[in-house]
Amino acid sequence: MKKTSMLAAAVAVSIAVPAFAQTYPTKPITMVVPFAAGGPTDIIARIVAEPMSRTLGRQIVIENVAGAGGTTGITRASVAAPDGYTIMMGHMGTHGAAPALYLKLKYDPARDFAPVGLAAETPIIIVASKTHPANDLKEFIAWARAEGDKANHAHAGVGSVSHSTGILLDSILGTRPTLIPYTGTGPALNDMMSGQVDYMTDQIVNLVSQINAGTIKAFAIATRVRSAALPGLPTTREAGLDNYEVSAWNAIFAPKGTPPEIVAVLNDALVKALDDPDARKRLDELGAVVPDATGRTPAALQKLVESEVARWKTVLTQATATAKP
Amino acid sequence: MDLFSNLAIGFGVAFTAQNLLLCFTGCMIGTLVGVLPGVGPVATIAMLLPLTFGLDPTGALIMLAGIYYGAQYGGSTTAILVNIPGEATSVVTTLDGHQMARQGRAGAALGIAALGSFFAGCVATLFIAAMGQPLTRLAQLFGPAEYFSLMIMGLVFSTVLARGSIFKAGLMVLLGLMFATVGTDLETGQERMTLGIPRLSDGIDFAPLAMGIFGFAEIIRNLESPEARDVLHDRIGRLLPSWDDIRQSAPAVLRGTLIGGLLGILPGNGAVLGPFASYAMEKKLAKDPSRFGRGAIEGVAGPESANNAGAQTAFIPLLTLGIPPNAVMALMVGAMTIHGVIPGPQVMTKNPELFWGMIASMWIGNAMLVIINMPLVGIWVKLLKVPYRLLFPAILVFCCIGIYSINNSVEDLYFTAFFAVVGYVLIKLGYEPAPLLLGFVLGKLMEEKLRQSLILSRGSFATFIDRPISAGLLAVAAIMLIVALLPSINRKREVAFQD
Repeated sequence: MKKTSMLAAAVAVSIAVPAFAQTYPTKPITMVVPFAAGGPTDIIARIVAEPMSRTLGRQIVIENVAGAGGTTGITRASVAAPDGYTIMMGHMGTHGAAPALYLKLKYDPARDFAPVGLAAETPIIIVASKTHPANDLKEFIAWARAEGDKANHAHAGVGSVSHSTGILLDSILGTRPTLIPYTGTGPALNDMMSGQVDYMTDQIVNLVSQINAGTIKAFAIATRVRSAALPGLPTTREAGLDNYEVSAWNAIFAPKGTPPEIVAVLNDALVKALDDPDARKRLDELGAVVPDATGRTPAALQKLVESEVARWKTVLTQATATAKP
Repeated sequence: MDLFSNLAIGFGVAFTAQNLLLCFTGCMIGTLVGVLPGVGPVATIAMLLPLTFGLDPTGALIMLAGIYYGAQYGGSTTAILVNIPGEATSVVTTLDGHQMARQGRAGAALGIAALGSFFAGCVATLFIAAMGQPLTRLAQLFGPAEYFSLMIMGLVFSTVLARGSIFKAGLMVLLGLMFATVGTDLETGQERMTLGIPRLSDGIDFAPLAMGIFGFAEIIRNLESPEARDVLHDRIGRLLPSWDDIRQSAPAVLRGTLIGGLLGILPGNGAVLGPFASYAMEKKLAKDPSRFGRGAIEGVAGPESANNAGAQTAFIPLLTLGIPPNAVMALMVGAMTIHGVIPGPQVMTKNPELFWGMIASMWIGNAMLVIINMPLVGIWVKLLKVPYRLLFPAILVFCCIGIYSINNSVEDLYFTAFFAVVGYVLIKLGYEPAPLLLGFVLGKLMEEKLRQSLILSRGSFATFIDRPISAGLLAVAAIMLIVALLPSINRKREVAFQD
């Protein structure tokens, strides 16, 4: 099954490529990363862009355009010329939660883009301060329900992955803790290490070293399978919380109207990049999960975007976290 | 002893031909970047990050760290020569540094800045090596309430920054605080005072504000009076600080190093307060405080040392906690992660070569920076001889390139132009921009920490007094404010400024 679809993809590419192979790309490609350099999305973009550049024979230049939870950069890139020379690294926030958070959003994640492919998913982990009374997820859930608004739930700022996924957790648990907003994972972690706040959720990339060092406690990872980076950490399902499965995914998009032949060339380069041993090793170290062959197609990404937009709309509107104009 | 064997490992790593070369390259790039107004270390490190992919992690980080503290050295050059603070930490240097340049003592100011920074860098490096781990625990005593009280203390410094009326300085601080509230609300995500401009949803950036209000406004002001322009390039004076200068600055350097180093340890970007605190202290301790703001060399030496000490000790939260205290350090986290070293408490034990190699390279880098910078002083000072009709357009162009490079945004240039007009009006009305920038720099952190502590205390203000460190900081702030506002002292102050 896998083989056939890959074969089909290969055939599709080989049919499409001749017309464009000589013409695209003829100059460097700009990849807009809508976050500051050094963050999780930027790191994944850079790891993937390097082998992609080799396949394409032209450099992919990363342009960091940060602001408004990533929507500034995506807005700008969405109106770029659809010639394949401007692409972008979108993620769970910009192409999933954003419509629920920013009412004046100038793009529609499902309609205004030509999806290229999913690059990586970074699982979400539920963590708490080292001194937290609970020792596993079950105890934590009991604690959260008993504490009510006495519980201090930290997040990295409205619109961040940590915020959306944290609200999802609270809504599944049916708890209404006191939310403590921070401006990034770093400061939130710092206050959690010193016990000022109780718990938070965030991407594995941001937490793995602290968990390994024992400065914070981890209860569960919100994926179907355990992560190789933290083999001792149970999944939410194993720990007894069935419906909390969420990850911060990163995916490449091109502006709407980009010719399908160009998208195919880009997708082919992405697929090759994800199989590149060095890139794969780096992504594994981060705890990022590389999609399998069926998850790498533009169509799969389109489906993911649609389901994510719907999911976050429900979760975030219920939590009345909407940023009104 | 552990420390020495560790340092031996470190110097073993740092003293390879490759790493020495990388350290030198980093320092050189950093110096140049620091000198170019606007092009900050964040943009440069982001741009150079891909170039380090081929290097081993230690070498890459040594180079990137070199860019960072090289830029701290270089930044003072622009602040002194053309009155443009490239970063929050060099705002204070403009006060007396630029006055010294106007009096033909640019060489002395640049020289003392370099020497003070070198001393501070060396001490701070030793400090990190010896005390990094235990100090981390101390830093963790600082929660939101403590940071808020620290920022309050910082704001009180503004009364000391003012060259003229305290009342006007206070107004400027408030304006700065107000500018800092523009942007998305921390808790609700609502946009505040953004006038519907999308670019403002993340608030006003420091660079456009500082460049506009300091640099561009200064240029407009210089252009309106042809005579004032000649002051700068007619009298260059001696290139290096005299023994008298050094003797006068030595205590300031010591105190600055201590204050800056301590504040730099705080994971919540305490380093930003360092130069302000040092300046306030020097002015309070000086026999004749009226010299400050008119080219007092201690006013350059202290803050510059504090700045550099803070820049180095800011590595402590990064290397020992894995918490980046500022944007540059956040970028270093990214750089480390890309190179397969995920920063955190385990870096020290898991990658001792990297940890100690970096620390050793900091010392080497500081030595290199003095060697790079001292001969450059002569060149920089000669720059002042360039006719203003050439120099001004060049400064403007570099500023614009720099501002654009920070976020690849043209709108930032419009903001800079807007703040240039604001700055010019303020100068004309006799309001000084330094307290405004202090208010702006502290404002964001202050609001964030105030709201966090109040949410944590469920609305009780008692949290600021119940926590001993916070109460202590507030007490110091209150004493400083009373001293500054006491009518008798105040009168003396007014007199001092009227002569």
